[in-house]
Amino acid sequence: MSERGIQWFRFTAPANFYDLAGRLIPWFAALTIALFGVGLYMGLVVAPSDYQQGDSYRIIYIHVPTAWMGMFLYVLMAIYAAIGLIWRIKIAEIMAKSIAPTGALFTFLALWTGALWGRPTWGVFWVWDARLTSMLLLLFLYLGYMALHAAIDDRQRASNASAVLAMVGVVNVPIIYFSVHWWNTLHQGASITVTEAPTMAMIMFVTLMIMVLATWVYSIAVVLARARVELLERERTARWVQERLEGERR
Amino acid sequence: MFRPLLALLRRDLTLALRRPQDALTVVGFFVVVVALFPLGIGPDPEFLRSLAPGVLWVAALLAVMLSLERLFSDDYRDGTLEQMLLVPEPLGLLVLTKIFAHWLITGLPLVLISPLLAVQLNLRPEEILILMAALLLGTPILSLIGAIGAALTLGLRGGGVLIALLILPLYAPPLILGAGAVDAVMHGASAQAHLSLLGAMMVFALFATPWATAAAVRIMLD
Amino acid sequence: MADREFRAVALAAERGDRRLFDDIDFTLSPGQLLQVSGRNGCGKTSLLRILSGLSRPVAGQVYWGDEPIQSVDGGTGSCLGYLGHQNALKEDLTAEENILIAGGLGGGRPDREDVLAMLASLGLAGYEDLPVRYLSQGQKRRVALARLLLQPRPLLILDEPYAALDVQVIEVLRSAIEAHLARKGMIVITTHQAVDIDGDCHNLRLG
Repeated sequence: MSERGIQWFRFTAPANFYDLAGRLIPWFAALTIALFGVGLYMGLVVAPSDYQQGDSYRIIYIHVPTAWMGMFLYVLMAIYAAIGLIWRIKIAEIMAKSIAPTGALFTFLALWTGALWGRPTWGVFWVWDARLTSMLLLLFLYLGYMALHAAIDDRQRASNASAVLAMVGVVNVPIIYFSVHWWNTLHQGASITVTEAPTMAMIMFVTLMIMVLATWVYSIAVVLARARVELLERERTARWVQERLEGERR
Repeated sequence: MFRPLLALLRRDLTLALRRPQDALTVVGFFVVVVALFPLGIGPDPEFLRSLAPGVLWVAALLAVMLSLERLFSDDYRDGTLEQMLLVPEPLGLLVLTKIFAHWLITGLPLVLISPLLAVQLNLRPEEILILMAALLLGTPILSLIGAIGAALTLGLRGGGVLIALLILPLYAPPLILGAGAVDAVMHGASAQAHLSLLGAMMVFALFATPWATAAAVRIMLD
Repeated sequence: MADREFRAVALAAERGDRRLFDDIDFTLSPGQLLQVSGRNGCGKTSLLRILSGLSRPVAGQVYWGDEPIQSVDGGTGSCLGYLGHQNALKEDLTAEENILIAGGLGGGRPDREDVLAMLASLGLAGYEDLPVRYLSQGQKRRVALARLLLQPRPLLILDEPYAALDVQVIEVLRSAIEAHLARKGMIVITTHQAVDIDGDCHNLRLG
């Protein structure tokens, strides 16, 4: 147990993290391309059309994974931020900062695809549906986090302050979610129930899962790559950075 | 135990009385924003009436948000906030006291002036009563949540705009519940559920947010 | 007055990416004064803020007796008083109100007579009822000093206390510092001016 603990701890040392991430990124990048290729082919070509919505339903293969990822990454970001704030672990701070743009991107994609889907289905690009509205608020939370991080010059202070914001945000996400749902049911608004199709064919389900997996490996690859750059910048005076940059120049 | 908090409360209220224009500006903003709405959407009384809860709540929310920038920034600039970290009293309680003083100066006047604006927007007496109750429960929530944003933007360039981006998304739940309470009464339903949820939210904010604000103050003064 | 030692162990601080200082160690016993010196920008103020628990050091720890400075029983403010670059005065309040309120915040019950006497001894007789806004820089500094000296704390941390003061007031402050040391208090001070203080003085050079 203790040996495993030490081994795990090794990867929180900046140099080890940097090397490990460098080795992992190509694999995850390759997996991303493969999974997106297979998933999109199955979603756009192999999977059958929906008997009610025709081909427009196919956007769920993008919409659902990105929406899930957008929500999940916010929670993950807050957890990393909390670890960084409480135990002052630099890698955790860097991970939190690196996750934010990817999470915001996915949240934005979920909104975008939701709007695109709404046009053929409801005849309008935007309905104040509970899920879309809470996704929009989630996007604002991401933007606030990134804006605060960017506004503070001192790196340590920026990490700590935005960590507090992320933790406040993550407590609020469920409150926002439920109040928006409540608001929506009271106002009898339209609801997108695309994920609640009564009989989802096996092929559709499998395709959806492949796309979910694809967004996962994409997130891992991109976040690790971003974290690596951020780490280099923060530690640029450390000896291990000099050594590795020398090595790459040769 | 409570003497230091009372000293702080008295200090903040004294300062506000010596510069009453600060508090009056906030009320003025509230009144002007609400007055602009009919100019934008037309004078039809029934239409204005149906929009009234949302208009009043959004205007109150923006007024509170604008006033928040001053919550800590004056004390930050002259160094008294720094001295407050060295007071043998939990910073969370000091922060809570400051928020309470701030609410007395800005939030309470909004509640008191709201009936006047509600009459202009054709709300009926029982609806106005619910509006005041909702604002009475809701404006403290706005101040408590907003204090976190005010602390996190201490000493930053463009702090005012940044506060808006940080805290406006967090204002969605109180806005939904507060405006919803008035809306419910307008449609002949009971506002009890809205008001009790709003009350629960206030109690939660009362216990949870001062510590987050205190942590933010410490970080920004580090 | 103080019954414990004030210790710094292996302190280090950074500003941006630059290391300001490394491995600062010292122990201050009751009745001792530590003067921190060094050129501009070498981290004197950073060190004083760390010593007073306002900033966290990159490495190391500050102890009051055996307790880390951030978790002293009864709060950091119960053991030390800090005077920074800013005077921490509210411009709209009078000198007297400023001091009385600060005293109340600190948990004391300051006596009005004491406040007036202290202000008079610092040459501010007749200025008690004026909003601080109308005082000069040097006069504001004196009000801040009066506030600090009226709060009985075993350890005083003073960042450039002589700045903007004239000779007579420096003399008053000097005797106040000596009296504080004689009462077994402790002082950490930074200054550009050489002021001879009679007591157990030590020096710490940064950079």
